[in-house]
Amino acid sequence: MQQFVNITLNGLTVGFIYSAFALCLVLIFRATRIINFGQGAQAMFTTYIALEVLQRSGSYALALLTALVSGFLLGGIVERVIVRPVENGPEINAVIVTLGLFVGFVALAAIVFGNSFEGFAAPFGVRGISVGDATIAITPNNLYNIVAVLVAMALLLCLFRFTSLGLQMRASAFGQEVARLLGVRVGRMLTLGWALAGMFGSLAGILIAGGSFISPSFMDGVVVFGFVAAVLGGLDSFVGAVVGGIVLGLTTNYVQGYVGQELQTLAALAILMTVLLAKPGGLFSSSVARRV
Amino acid sequence: MTVEAGSTEAKTTSAEGAVRQPGSGLLGSTFLRHALLMLLAYVGILLLLQVVDPFRGSQLGEMAYFVPAVAGLTVLTGLNGQISLGHGALMAVGAYTTAVMLDEREGPPFLLVVLLSVLTTVVVGAVVGAAAARLHGPYLAGATLALAVGLPGLALTFEGTLGGEQGLPVRPPRASDGLESFVEDTIGWELRSQTYLAYLGWALALLVLFLLSNLIVSRYGRTWRAVRDDEVAAELAGIDLGRMRILAFVVSAACAGVAGSLIAVVTRLTAPTTFTIVLSISLLVAIVIGGLGSLVGALLGSALLVFLRPAVTDAGNAAGLTDAQSANIAPLVYGIVLIVVMLLAPRGVVGSIRFAFLNRKAKQQLSAASASR
Repeated sequence: MQQFVNITLNGLTVGFIYSAFALCLVLIFRATRIINFGQGAQAMFTTYIALEVLQRSGSYALALLTALVSGFLLGGIVERVIVRPVENGPEINAVIVTLGLFVGFVALAAIVFGNSFEGFAAPFGVRGISVGDATIAITPNNLYNIVAVLVAMALLLCLFRFTSLGLQMRASAFGQEVARLLGVRVGRMLTLGWALAGMFGSLAGILIAGGSFISPSFMDGVVVFGFVAAVLGGLDSFVGAVVGGIVLGLTTNYVQGYVGQELQTLAALAILMTVLLAKPGGLFSSSVARRV
Repeated sequence: MTVEAGSTEAKTTSAEGAVRQPGSGLLGSTFLRHALLMLLAYVGILLLLQVVDPFRGSQLGEMAYFVPAVAGLTVLTGLNGQISLGHGALMAVGAYTTAVMLDEREGPPFLLVVLLSVLTTVVVGAVVGAAAARLHGPYLAGATLALAVGLPGLALTFEGTLGGEQGLPVRPPRASDGLESFVEDTIGWELRSQTYLAYLGWALALLVLFLLSNLIVSRYGRTWRAVRDDEVAAELAGIDLGRMRILAFVVSAACAGVAGSLIAVVTRLTAPTTFTIVLSISLLVAIVIGGLGSLVGALLGSALLVFLRPAVTDAGNAAGLTDAQSANIAPLVYGIVLIVVMLLAPRGVVGSIRFAFLNRKAKQQLSAASASR
């Protein structure tokens, strides 16, 4: 029972991070109908930059800020320079380009930062909180992760709901032609969408890294989990992405705890296939009919 | 509007097929032409393997296991429009099947091992293909990406039979003494183990190319192209989309199985580190650079994969990078190549040349027509 509770709590924490990552895939997919397979690699890269800052300055806040800003810039630049030309072409071309980003960034990080595992200090304690005489598996660091993701989600929600900028972004995601006719600078909105997604991805990256080790390929699995979570939620629903992330976090943690760590990704694949075959629109899809 | 145009096109292609089928003389000549071409290519490779130094020889041997995988993938992606990042994982299935059968003890004959490896891969490919047939574009890429990242985990979970992180050693097949002495007596060539593997590998690779080249011009090739170009039109023309997609995936998986079997015996080891996501993406690089759907492009792409990697790694070492850093230059180049080719020449090398050629021909015909008028 104790083990079950601990696995569940851990799964929840991981699930929130997957949610953040799924959210950034959804952000991009809504705007451009592209899945950025390079997102994880970009996040890994900014996490390495943050680690450099952390080691030089010793300030986690500064490192976090660096990660977010560099993620924002990287996302925007990637969209404007590399993705823009293939945005309206065949979908397979866009997929291939983002895969190029994926493998390219991982290799670049291995060349620039080295191929070994490096420790990333956790900003908060990593020992379980004591309740009475029992220690539960939720650590201050876990709480920080959950709170950070929730705050970021709330900010994103405010941006989309209550600001003119958010309205313009939603308009250009909904219908590019119409938005353009109404005076929205659609190109800028797309770049901004990718930049915001890059920032969210960087947040997920630095949260996963905290209290753990990073290597150029540490986000490879997260890309898969984020993608599965996003598809679970229907790929264009923010709520769906969050729920999908948590469901996936819990499931992979149960598989890790009771079956075997190496089978996590295959479990995610099984979930993905089940969802796509049984309910291709995802659990929270807003569109009624779409061929998957 | 588009549907109408597409459907008439699809109808003409199927009508063409109906006309062509009875004329077996024409079909037979294609078959013979391809067979002759492959035989010539094989003789060429054999001669080449005799004159090059051992290092280049080993690279040619390496190329032999890329060719079937890349050719299979280019048929799937280029002809049928399905992208797969799971081909590295399918190669792993073939390689592990081979490794389990060819352990230290005396195993079954190599060709039987290859056949069984292909069979296993086909079974796995049929399962993946059945799921993949319902997906397209990014969904398919994501699902097969999950397969590529996840499948090596099986080797770690079943450490007892599949060797875990260390992998399984593979006993490479040897030329029988009779064949060895025969070749040495008649042609005077020494049949070393490495060259023998290269001969064997290229024989299988060219066999795969031969079968695929015939398949491409057959009814199935045309049907796959119809499915790729316009689903609705193809379905209206009476094509079972799901069946055709699964078939394409199975054929492609079988090629990956051959490639996996070869990689196992050529590298003499089957370990999870061989079948990373980078392997799958490098196959993608090969088909993208050569041109989607072109077998010549697949050959070109495989050659680039094999000869480019040591070249850029050496360049990195020469530029003062450590070995670990230089080893990552190749994947970096892969990434850049994928992006640059897609942005500048999405048809790939062979596709671009063919397009330029057809363009010129059309212009000449146009000017000739206007001159005669």
